[in-house]
Amino acid sequence: MAGKTLYDKIWDAHVAHEAEDGTCLLYIDRHLVHEVTSPQAFEGLRMAGRTVHAPDKTIAVPDHNVPTTLDRIGGVIENEESRIQVDALDKNAKDFGVHYYPVSDVRQGIVHIVGPEQGWTLPGMTVVCGDSHTATHGAFGALAHGIGTSEVEHVLATQTLIQQKSKNMKVEITGKLKPGVTAKDITLAVIGETGTAGGTGYVIEYCGEAIRDLSMEGRMTVCNMAIEGGARAGLIAPDEKTFEYVKGRPHAPKAAQWEAAMNWWKTLYSDDDAHWDKVITLKGEEIEPVVTWGTSPEDVLPISAVVPAPESFSGGKVDAAKRALEYMGLTAGQKLTDIEIDTVFIGSCTNGRIEDLRAAAEVLKGKKIKDGLRAMVVPGSGLVRAQAEEEGIAQIFQDAGFEWRLAGCSMCLAMNPDQLAEGERCASTSNRNFEGRQGYKGRTHLVSPAMAAAAAITGHLTDVRTLN
Amino acid sequence: MEKYEKFTGIAAPMPLVNIDTDMIIPKVFLKTIKRSGLGVNLFDEMRYDRQGNEIPDFVLNKPQYRDAQILVTGDNFGCGSSREHAPWALADFGIKCIVSTSFADIFYNNCFKNGILPIVLPQEDVDKLMDDAERGANAQVTVDLENQTISGPDGGEISFEVDSFKKHCLLNGLDDIGLTMEKKASIDAFEAKAAQERPWV
Repeated sequence: MAGKTLYDKIWDAHVAHEAEDGTCLLYIDRHLVHEVTSPQAFEGLRMAGRTVHAPDKTIAVPDHNVPTTLDRIGGVIENEESRIQVDALDKNAKDFGVHYYPVSDVRQGIVHIVGPEQGWTLPGMTVVCGDSHTATHGAFGALAHGIGTSEVEHVLATQTLIQQKSKNMKVEITGKLKPGVTAKDITLAVIGETGTAGGTGYVIEYCGEAIRDLSMEGRMTVCNMAIEGGARAGLIAPDEKTFEYVKGRPHAPKAAQWEAAMNWWKTLYSDDDAHWDKVITLKGEEIEPVVTWGTSPEDVLPISAVVPAPESFSGGKVDAAKRALEYMGLTAGQKLTDIEIDTVFIGSCTNGRIEDLRAAAEVLKGKKIKDGLRAMVVPGSGLVRAQAEEEGIAQIFQDAGFEWRLAGCSMCLAMNPDQLAEGERCASTSNRNFEGRQGYKGRTHLVSPAMAAAAAITGHLTDVRTLN
Repeated sequence: MEKYEKFTGIAAPMPLVNIDTDMIIPKVFLKTIKRSGLGVNLFDEMRYDRQGNEIPDFVLNKPQYRDAQILVTGDNFGCGSSREHAPWALADFGIKCIVSTSFADIFYNNCFKNGILPIVLPQEDVDKLMDDAERGANAQVTVDLENQTISGPDGGEISFEVDSFKKHCLLNGLDDIGLTMEKKASIDAFEAKAAQERPWV
C-alpha cells in the first residue's frame, strides 16, 4: 500500500462520518469568523432555533470593514453599513459565546494573522473561515480553507463540513533563493507557472529546500496565495521552526499536553512513497523578483520583463489579456520598470506580518518616498503594530513618508475607506489584482514588501536589487 | 430551498475567462447583512456606468438576454473570494445554471447551496452551447439535472457529471444542516475519541 501525504493524514484524522458514496463529514477544529461573511449565518441559526455547537473552537474578529485611521480609537465607524456589520458581529459573538477580539482590543487584526499569533492555529488541525485566504494557516501543516456563508452556518451548527476529498499536488521549490527574492515571489511565480485554475481540485503541499528555509511568516505568505492558484488549500509540513513559533502562544498546548501534541505533530509529513496526482518543480535560484502586469494573479512576470502582447497567449486568454491591458492602461512591449505608480500599499493577510514590515523598512531606512506619492502601511494586527513600534520600524516608515495605520484588511479589498481612485495605480503587497479590487477602476500591481518599498522610493516599479 | 426541476431557458454568453467574484458582485455590496436583493447589482461594474445607467453592450442588458436563466462562460468562472454574495446575486437575478470548462472550488460549492447548478463540460461542448447562447432567445437551452443532460435547440443532448450527493440535495431542495444533524451520534463519537487522542485541540 502506498504511503500517505500530509493531506491524507490530516484528512483521515478528521473524518467523523463517511457515506457510501464517499461524501464525508469532516470535523473542524477551528472556525474563524469575521463580520462580512457571518451575519447571514448567525441569522440562519437564530431562525432555526439552533446554537453554536462548539463556541470554544470558534474565534471571531472584525477586520474587513474596520477603518485603519488613528481616529477610530474611541470613535464610531462612520460608514453606516460597515458599522452595522461590525455591530452585528459584536452582538453575535456575545449572544453565541464565541471567542472575540473586538476593534478596541490590541489583539484585533486580520483574522488570518490573529489566529496564528494567538496560537489558535496548530499543526494537524482543520481550520475554516468564510474567507478564501484561510489557506494561510496551511503554513503550520493545518488543513485550512475558505468556505461560503452557508458552510459557515453549517460549521457553526455542527462543527463539521460536508466534503469530498481533493487530489494531492506537490509543489517543490528546490535550492536557495537569490538575495532580494522572497516568499511572495515564490508564491506568485508558482501561480504564473500553474495559472489561476491550475490547482482546481487539489490540495497543494509546498516543499523543498527554499520552502524549508523560509520563516513561518514567509510560509504563511506562500500558503496564503494557494487559493489564487485555484487550490482548495496549501500545506507545509511542520518542523522545528513551526514548533518554535507555536510554543508559548496563548492558546498553544502547555506542559504534558505540549509533549503529547509534539508526538503527533512529528508524524505530520508526507511519506516517501506517497502518491501525488500532480507534481510541479521550480528551481529556487531561477526565481526573480516578480510583479503582476494584468488583472489576474496569473499575470506574473519577472521585474526585468516587458508587458506581454495579448497575441502571445492562446484561447480565451487572448481576449482577457487585451481587456487587461486596456484596463491597466499599459502597452505591449513597455518595460515593467517604466510603469509609474502613485500609491503604495503594504499590508494584508499576505504580507502584513512583522517580517514583511521589517523587509520593507530595510529598503526604506534613511530614504524618502517619491514626492506626491501616497504610501501606507497597515499592520496585520495590533500586536504586529506594537512590535514594529518597539523595533523602530514604525519610525522608519513615517520618516520615509508612509502613513502608519491601525490593523485591518484595508486596501487589499477596499471595503473600508482605504481605496484607489479611478485610474490610480498601486504597487501592493496584497493578493488580488482583479478589476476594481482596490477601488473602482483602480490598477493593482502585486509585489513583495521589499519591492513595494523600492517602488515607493522611485515612483515606478523597480527591481529592489538595483537600489543601494 | 426549492426543488430543482427540469427547465428550458435563455442562455447568455460570457466567453471571458477568469470572471472573478469581484466582477460578479463588487465588494461595496458585501456590506449587507441579508441574502436577498443582490440581483440588481449582479456584475455591477460591467453592467452600469458610474451614474447607474445601464451599459447597453453588456450581455445581460441586451433585450434578448434580460431574462437569461443560464450563463455559458469562459474558463475558471467564480475565481477569487469565498463570498456567497456571488451566487446570491446570480440566483436573485434568476440564474439557475452556469456552464464552464472549470469553476473555482469555493464558488462551485456555494452554487449548490443556492439552487444554482454549475456544469463542467469539455471545451468543445462549451463552445457548442456558446454558439447556442449567441443566438439569444431563439436558442433556448434545456437543463435536466435528473438525467444529467443539457441540450440546445437542435436536439443534441450533452451529458454532464455531478456529485451524487450534491445532485440529491439540489433535486430535493434539502437543507444540509438538517441532514448533518441526523448524524449527530457520529459527530459526538468523533468528539469523544478526539478528546482522548488530541486533548489540546
